Amino acid sequence: MALMTVIEAVRSTLDEALAEDDRVFILGEDVEAGGVFRATEGLKARYGERIIDSPLSESSIIGVSIGAAHYGLRPIAEIQFADFIHAGFDQLCSEASRWSYRTRGDAWLPMVVRTPWGGGVHGGQHHSQSIEAFYSHMPGIKVVAPAFPADYRSLLKAAIADPNPVLFLEHKRTYRLIRQEMDGAPAETRIGRARITRRGNDLTIFAYGLMLHESLVAAETLSGEGIEATVVDLLTLNPIDHETILEAAKATGKVLIVHEDVLTGGLGGEIAAIIAEHAFEYLDAPIRRVAGPDIPAMPFHHAMEDFFMPNRDKIATAARELAAY
Amino acid sequence: MTIVKMPQLGESVTEGTIIQWFKQPGDAVKLDEPLCEIETEKVTAELPSEFEGTMGRILVPQGETVEVGVPLCEIEVAGAAATAPAAALPAAPATAAPARWSGGPMAIPPEEPPVVLPVAATAAVTSAAPVAAAPKSPRTNPEDRSRYYSPAVMRLATERGIDLSQVTGSGIGGRITRKDVEAFIPATPAAAPMAPAAAVGAAASGTGAAYQVVALSPTRKTIAEHLTRSNVEAPQAWTMVECDVTGLVARRTREKERFEQQEGFSLTLLPYFTAAVCETLRDYPMLNARWEGGELRHYTALNVAIAVATETGLVTPVVRDAGDLSVFGLAKRFDDLTRRAHARKLRIEDIDGGTFTVNNTGSFGSIASKPIVNVPQVAIVTMERAVKRPVVMANDAIAVRSMMNVCLSFDHRALDGFEAGGFLAALKRRLEAIE
Repeated sequence: MALMTVIEAVRSTLDEALAEDDRVFILGEDVEAGGVFRATEGLKARYGERIIDSPLSESSIIGVSIGAAHYGLRPIAEIQFADFIHAGFDQLCSEASRWSYRTRGDAWLPMVVRTPWGGGVHGGQHHSQSIEAFYSHMPGIKVVAPAFPADYRSLLKAAIADPNPVLFLEHKRTYRLIRQEMDGAPAETRIGRARITRRGNDLTIFAYGLMLHESLVAAETLSGEGIEATVVDLLTLNPIDHETILEAAKATGKVLIVHEDVLTGGLGGEIAAIIAEHAFEYLDAPIRRVAGPDIPAMPFHHAMEDFFMPNRDKIATAARELAAY
Repeated sequence: MTIVKMPQLGESVTEGTIIQWFKQPGDAVKLDEPLCEIETEKVTAELPSEFEGTMGRILVPQGETVEVGVPLCEIEVAGAAATAPAAALPAAPATAAPARWSGGPMAIPPEEPPVVLPVAATAAVTSAAPVAAAPKSPRTNPEDRSRYYSPAVMRLATERGIDLSQVTGSGIGGRITRKDVEAFIPATPAAAPMAPAAAVGAAASGTGAAYQVVALSPTRKTIAEHLTRSNVEAPQAWTMVECDVTGLVARRTREKERFEQQEGFSLTLLPYFTAAVCETLRDYPMLNARWEGGELRHYTALNVAIAVATETGLVTPVVRDAGDLSVFGLAKRFDDLTRRAHARKLRIEDIDGGTFTVNNTGSFGSIASKPIVNVPQVAIVTMERAVKRPVVMANDAIAVRSMMNVCLSFDHRALDGFEAGGFLAALKRRLEAIE
């Protein structure tokens, strides 16, 4: 195995899961033809009726998955773009999330909902949104958003094995952008654990998905200026890893949280609250957030999209101010 | 007339003694000028004036001890004499301001000037409004943050007994950053004679000097301070057991090669030993403790410190939750910490919060040693060198066995020989049971 892209990591993991366990099947729009991002390419030929095209109805994709999981199958649902998942919001948040809770653990829903999210692809209003905060608010659904191919592999495997519904977020901009040498890649990642990806003494940056990569690039730029940043890859957004967040925040006392989701009600607020509540006496500067502006949707025009999206320059600027504080 | 009260000079400080008054009634008082010197059980500090004006009555005479919050003196604040307009303000700064320098948790300067002024009062207070009036005064410059202390700075200063007025800030507006406090070394009288050591290597007294004065590195100073404190504060007892570790040595020999191939560094006895220590500590939590702030604290987490000798001095990095790690997990953590210790890349969190210390004195070839307790921890154990010896076995036969001494020093305030001896005996059983 050599270099692997994010999309290859997803596809190979799906392939292995289908090969290993007959209960696993894939359900979604155009998945038989390989899906719009080619995540399921070639799987129909190998697994036949276990790759199922669905109607254009997100609520039924998720609803059918709930039923199948309840009856002992292991559905992997694909929502073509995260922007459309809200049509299934009720199925996920009112039903799937509460299944084991309602039955006092008598019944479980081992189902995965995969969906491409995020901007930076000139996708405009209906193909660029960040939806993680809505679902991370819901106890009972695990929300995972990896950044590196190796983590896509180990977390998707863990999501399929998990007895709970897992929302597996794949940043569409990174599908073919990010490659990783898989030989000697980091050990298996568990759901619920963040990772300190880079260590530095001057400030701590928290990010996930595409923004994790932008943060790492910014950190390298800053390093050339004598500012060393710790960078934390959150990996799992719900349940979020308090322990690693606090450890990394305490290490520098200066915290910068980055997400492309809009500022208000974004996960940055929750992370800031965790730190303020449990690491107040370690803080050496006000917590900073770099996030999308409070605008209803990611704009289409490239200049406006650049305005909306956080990037390495915006992150570096905020980091410099924080380091100097 | 404004009242100046006894400030809280440090956490848990409840009273202070006036050593000396610098100002007498009628004296002019400038902003920040020291009014008096105050001594507490923790620090001695000058009390700078919050206000500019004229000294009024002294309410607590020299030499007297009073509680925090007791009025000390009066100051006639300049510009506040015309009290009528000031009374019209919703919150006049003079009456609202508590003692500003306290070192306690409320040492953030009050906002100045008040954000909204009633129109009628504006003209009357413009002379007191600092922005236009005194741009040169560091305290009244709104960009000056030298007195703005973050929670991290306050905590560190309190923990280490640092007087923040002695620290120079490197942050925005001269703000004292956490790093500034961490790097600060107080100019104590004890340190003063060491100043000449700048002339490192210079012969001490003219011709044919018998010794050289060596500059003390911050690490050396910390070690000196720390170990002196341990010997002064903690009455320490020492005990030793002899263990037959033939099985342990064999086990390590068995597992060594594969481990080294996989991990790329050698597998020593230390992780096995530490794993046994962790298991034993679970049964003897009174050794996994800290004597701190006048309290004896037993910890559930096993944060085991290991002593690492480096060229620049001894450090004791901590393996957090060592009890959760396997022998190989411990080996990896030790390797990581040791490497970073030698590279001087340890972070604060790597050395803070240990609850028990393991010292691998055997690596020097030692077969018995008396370690000094790593206060505020209450116990430290050594792993001495395993050596082959003829040993009389249970059936009176003589056999060649690998024997190792294990030494324990403990703070006798926190526990007695009963628990310490029990711990060592249990540790010995564990080590001898390894096959």
